[in-house]
Amino acid sequence: MDVEILARIQFAFTIAFHYIYPPLSIGLGLIMVIMEGLYLKTGKKAYEVLTRFWLKIFAVTFGIGVATGIIMEFEFGTNWAVYSRYVGDIFGSALAAEGLFAFGLESAFLGVLIFGWNRVSPKVHFISTIGVFLGSMFSAVWIVVANSWQQTPAGYHIVGEGFNARAEVTDFWAMVFNPSSVDRIIHVWQGAFLAGAFLVLSVHAYYLLKGRYVEISKKAFKIALGVATIVSFSQLISGHSSADGVAVNQPAKLAAMEGHYQASAPADLYLFGWVNNDTQEVSGVSIPGGLSFLVDQDFEAPITGLNAFPEEDRPGQVNAVFQFYHIMVSIGLFLIALTLYASFLWWKGKLFDKKWLLKIFAFSVLLPQIANQVGWFAAEMGRQPWIVYGHLRTDEGFSQEVSSNQILFSLILFLVVYTILFLLFIYTVNKKIKHGPYDEAKNPNEFLKYV
Amino acid sequence: METILGLDYPTLWYLVVGLLFSGYAILEGFDYGAGAWHLFLRKDLSRRIAINAIGPLWDANQVWLIIGGGALFAGFPVMYATMLSSMYVPFMLFLMLLVLRSSAIKFRSAEKMLWWRKTWDIIYFISNTLIAFLLGVVLANILQGFELHENFSYKGGIFFSFLSPYSVMVGFTTLSVFMTQGAIFLLLKTEGRLHTRLTFLLKRGMVLFLISFAVTSTYTLTFLPGVINKFKETPIFFILPVLAFLAVANVPRLVSKKKYAHALVFSSLTMAFLLMLVAFQLYPVLIPSTVDPKYSVTIYNAASSQKSLGIMLTIVLIGAPLLAGYFLFLYKTFHGKVKLDDTSY
Repeated sequence: MDVEILARIQFAFTIAFHYIYPPLSIGLGLIMVIMEGLYLKTGKKAYEVLTRFWLKIFAVTFGIGVATGIIMEFEFGTNWAVYSRYVGDIFGSALAAEGLFAFGLESAFLGVLIFGWNRVSPKVHFISTIGVFLGSMFSAVWIVVANSWQQTPAGYHIVGEGFNARAEVTDFWAMVFNPSSVDRIIHVWQGAFLAGAFLVLSVHAYYLLKGRYVEISKKAFKIALGVATIVSFSQLISGHSSADGVAVNQPAKLAAMEGHYQASAPADLYLFGWVNNDTQEVSGVSIPGGLSFLVDQDFEAPITGLNAFPEEDRPGQVNAVFQFYHIMVSIGLFLIALTLYASFLWWKGKLFDKKWLLKIFAFSVLLPQIANQVGWFAAEMGRQPWIVYGHLRTDEGFSQEVSSNQILFSLILFLVVYTILFLLFIYTVNKKIKHGPYDEAKNPNEFLKYV
Repeated sequence: METILGLDYPTLWYLVVGLLFSGYAILEGFDYGAGAWHLFLRKDLSRRIAINAIGPLWDANQVWLIIGGGALFAGFPVMYATMLSSMYVPFMLFLMLLVLRSSAIKFRSAEKMLWWRKTWDIIYFISNTLIAFLLGVVLANILQGFELHENFSYKGGIFFSFLSPYSVMVGFTTLSVFMTQGAIFLLLKTEGRLHTRLTFLLKRGMVLFLISFAVTSTYTLTFLPGVINKFKETPIFFILPVLAFLAVANVPRLVSKKKYAHALVFSSLTMAFLLMLVAFQLYPVLIPSTVDPKYSVTIYNAASSQKSLGIMLTIVLIGAPLLAGYFLFLYKTFHGKVKLDDTSY
């Protein structure tokens, strides 16, 4: 296989694997801040027990997130040297800001968060929890800024030609607030909140179904359900706003998301379908003119289609972009329905009466994870053939001096190590969940004095 | 070109990157170093204590690598890209070992089975040892130069060529420096019989360090071209090897007096002076080309734009005090001997 394909496979694999963990850390961080805040406010032991329990799972998640994240930081240089030279001037300041402002905050307070229970006062511990949470939020900001710049470059000019061409910053804030940054940061944050909230929902639904830790599980479930309901719904808004931006800034990507080929015609909105790139037809169920309506509030408005672009400037995998995008949207809509219904029952005081609903929640942990993954796939594959939209092509960006044998070597290493790591993660987290927040065999009153 | 205190922006950024990597070497030096002693500690409890000595700190220490890497990417993208893509195999190994090392710390104490813990102990020991060794190997390769042609294109060997007698030698020296640093750090964190055992191990480590230090220094002075000339140009910098030598000599003295905190300071200073020496030797080159000096990567042809460097210097001025604050808080909180409790690894 050629170097470009191998480099892309390796990058896709390592980033997709990495992206299982940071969203969980951000989401669990939020939940822990709420739980520990409630503990400080009410003084109820139950919230302390919950915070300590989720902290254990958070610690494992965070650890793997950091370990796999360092690899990402250096993989730009190892496998995408041309690209690194091209964007260094732009990315640099974002990465430097991330390291100093976000990562320093996160990692320094992490030690206190995990090991500091017996060494600092509850207030200082709570501040550490907030510090780690904010750090992980900032971290997401700078990474998404860098990626958004690749999607919608702004605040730069191109200097030099051929091999020596590179982008240089002309306006730092225009670069940071490039047209897609804000929408995408919010969308990514919310995706992370959902990942965390649904893990909490899932675990405590499982406990409730088993009749274990019932009192504290009800509390935790309600906290997570509150977060999940609000965020599922607002995710729709940020998603819509983000898609509006794509319509303006990356029309080829939008066209690929809906399989819209005609150069300028009203576009349909598919609920599901299958794109045939050769015949340029989509078979599936659609709302005629639906995409036109979403973009321009007019069912007849023309939308730029893929045929408006030369063949070599279109995303290569239209059907994949279409499918990934639609899976994400479908999951998002399902989560809205699920959380709204559960909240309705909560309001009625019947939240924990329906076993089938708890069962759905127990399995729902996978849904935001899948949505986060496929959402990124759609965003990144929809940007092709560009690595920097409109400026640098992916097939120009990889390291010229690296051979396919070297990448095969590292790719196999990654596959082996990451598979083991993933199994260990599942095993450890599962064990912690099975073990539970406290030892049931002992007198629970010892742990839960409020009962 | 704009300057601050008579130094142009690329030079200032060179100092920032140097500072970050010195911080990384000093802090992760005792983490990796402690890990490289792991199998020399016999009992399970001793090994647990050793891991928990760095427990709350290593994640924060690792930030120096992350910021250092970011600073390199940011300020010298050409250096970042050329170094990583040319040294593909050692860096991939390095990254993979970092993952294994983190996993070992996280998962070792998750189970009580003896085979489980022993397996992780071996992984932990090997990864720490090899990480320290590889860092030295990469440093040696940079000092010797890469086979760089026009447009920084690397045409050298790709799998094992990074291992030369000199790079192996520097690799061992780095390992022994880290092991000395690590043993001193563990002495500060332990008591009782483990403490006694470590005093014994530290003596071995220092002997190893002094020998490899002497051999590597001699070799560098004799065989690396231009080292002496550089001092002839700017004799004032001859103070660096003198300081490094004094710091090295001071470590065994302080250890024998049982002043471990001071010994750790001087062991750290040793690393700082040695890295300054390297930085001085290279400046303004980042990676010499073995083909023709005009193809070398320098701080000028590798640097980001003035504008970008200016922004980043501002970011550093704001961020550095914050970072210093976090670290003070963290190290103050976990000051003193290791005490295992329910939150420990």
